[in-house]
Amino acid sequence: MNGIHDMGGMDGFGPIPIEQDEPVFHAPWEGRVWALNSALGALGKWNIDAGRYEMEQLDPALYLQSSYYQRWLYRTENILIAHDMVTREELDSPSARRQVEGHGQALSVEDIFARQRQARSARIDTVIEAQFKAGDKVRARNIHPTGHTRLPRYVRGKVGAIDRDHGVFIFPDTNAVFAGKKPQHLYSVRFSAREIWGPGAAPADKVYVDMWDDYLEAS
Amino acid sequence: MTDHADHSHLSDTELRVRALESLLADKGLVDPAALDAIVDTYENKVGPRNGARVVARAWIDPEFKQWLLRDGTAAIDSLGYTSTQGADIVVLENTPAVHNLTVCTLCSCYPWAVLGLPPAWYKSFPYRSRAVRDPRGVLREFGQDIGDDVEVRVWDSTAEVRYLVLPERPPGTAGLAEDELAELVTRNSMIGTDRLSEVKKNQ
Repeated sequence: MNGIHDMGGMDGFGPIPIEQDEPVFHAPWEGRVWALNSALGALGKWNIDAGRYEMEQLDPALYLQSSYYQRWLYRTENILIAHDMVTREELDSPSARRQVEGHGQALSVEDIFARQRQARSARIDTVIEAQFKAGDKVRARNIHPTGHTRLPRYVRGKVGAIDRDHGVFIFPDTNAVFAGKKPQHLYSVRFSAREIWGPGAAPADKVYVDMWDDYLEAS
Repeated sequence: MTDHADHSHLSDTELRVRALESLLADKGLVDPAALDAIVDTYENKVGPRNGARVVARAWIDPEFKQWLLRDGTAAIDSLGYTSTQGADIVVLENTPAVHNLTVCTLCSCYPWAVLGLPPAWYKSFPYRSRAVRDPRGVLREFGQDIGDDVEVRVWDSTAEVRYLVLPERPPGTAGLAEDELAELVTRNSMIGTDRLSEVKKNQ
């Protein structure tokens, strides 16, 4: 989807907020949100692509006005509701008035980390023919999927070259909606900065974007 | 976490997080003790010191460096730094002619296993929006003026491959041991927003 999250190339957000000696979490609640997200993700009700898609569907105004961990909080609430694990009414009720029956099996931290290790490796051990090889000239397809995609807007329609073949990986566009892993080759594609940004870019500079076969066509 | 505490000093966001955690604990979906352990892991156990040790090893061991550049995942795994993330890692070497910079324009992808959780600026809208379009301007904000004779390569982490920059070894460090070298490696140098040749040892 052409969402607010697809920020590459935008202007107007101001200087980079560089902070010296920054803590990992700026408040205890941020750590709780992070840990909740890790623990819930490990339950396996959704995958990382579905999680990202849920984030992308936050209201754009809310996305822009919220802090990083606030966005994670809202995303987590929404994905729990979407998977019938909680209701909005339960979230909004004072805890004393909630009617809940324990129906889950909470994971230990060891299980959570073990499952993360397993789930986050999106590489698939299968032999599939690559559509391209290192050095091939390619064009990022000018497509505008309305669902989840990892093809940034700024690179669509641009011509680059295959820098390296990472191997076979899960395709996020289908995996995000539980429509299959559609395994295919993933490449690092090299673009000249001028191809993307025009004559204002430095002549030798490059932008590398990881792209799947379905995002590419021969050029 | 008690429900009877005085919550009047808490923000709406804090209250909302507490409500969510207590609901999920009541439902048996999360164990608060596991959440404590996750927070402890990210605050105290994984972090950029892991990456710094990888870099220091590469500086002193040419064979390890070649392995790291050829198969970052396996070379880093051999040092035991894959604790919480199984993602593939590709290592990018900075040289006098090439400067690498990493970003995730779409969300906040980052090599947790070797760098821990990303700093707030890495996840910020200004960095995500401008790193791909104006990397030299971004680097100037970090105090790094990259010469016209240097090629800047920006890596947008759009997949489950994570990028780690191998910074140039600073001059005048020939006699240092691996541990001492690791102390010189900054987190930002492994993201690409810092160059160690510009850093004094005592800073």
